[in-house]
Amino acid sequence: MSPRRFELVLWGAQRATAALLALFVVVHLATIIYAVRGGLTAAELLGRTRSSLAWPAFYALFVVAAAIHAAIGLRTVAAEWLGWRGALANVVAAAIGGALMAAGLVAVRAVAFP
Amino acid sequence: MKRARNHPGWWAFLVHRVSGIALALFLPVHFLALATALRGADALEGFLRWSEQPLVIVAEWGLVTLLAAHLAGGLRLLALEFLPWREWQKTLAAVAAGCALFAGLVFALAR
Repeated sequence: MSPRRFELVLWGAQRATAALLALFVVVHLATIIYAVRGGLTAAELLGRTRSSLAWPAFYALFVVAAAIHAAIGLRTVAAEWLGWRGALANVVAAAIGGALMAAGLVAVRAVAFP
Repeated sequence: MKRARNHPGWWAFLVHRVSGIALALFLPVHFLALATALRGADALEGFLRWSEQPLVIVAEWGLVTLLAAHLAGGLRLLALEFLPWREWQKTLAAVAAGCALFAGLVFALAR
């Protein structure tokens, strides 16, 4: 893939994940505001996340989209604000995305399945 | 550059970038906190009780507001890039700021 094409693919991926995240974040903010009323308890939180497979499915998609979006975003910030570009920057951004995805999926597993 | 900084678009860009960096830094902490549930509901409960300190609550409010700001700023960007209008730039920046503050306020009141 040419560097120009690679940038285009990342640009598209950033917009596609942004569109998905716009929906996910609205649901997340609404859930947060609903959940914190009267204080958070583990029983209440786990009762919700373990009530339906729809929750882990939703959060897993959320994690994957957020990890990709964060990695591409941090790569852009590194290039524009730190002047750090090239193969190593790409590898580090991909590693951050992979680590976020793994940690996020572990968190989903932790709250969704006993 | 000074002239550019007086433009609402520059502020919208800066808020979007800084909120994005902050959210990316917060994500691993968020995931680690939730992963305490791997050690049982009591471990998660312990973390939630720890999170009731005033400073943590202020940080939570900040994070919710940053998330709302990044969402609103992102919708502004998607509209700018994919919708034909251009005159709306200032209005969109203002609407974005309004939505972020609104979400933060609702969270603060709910808490």
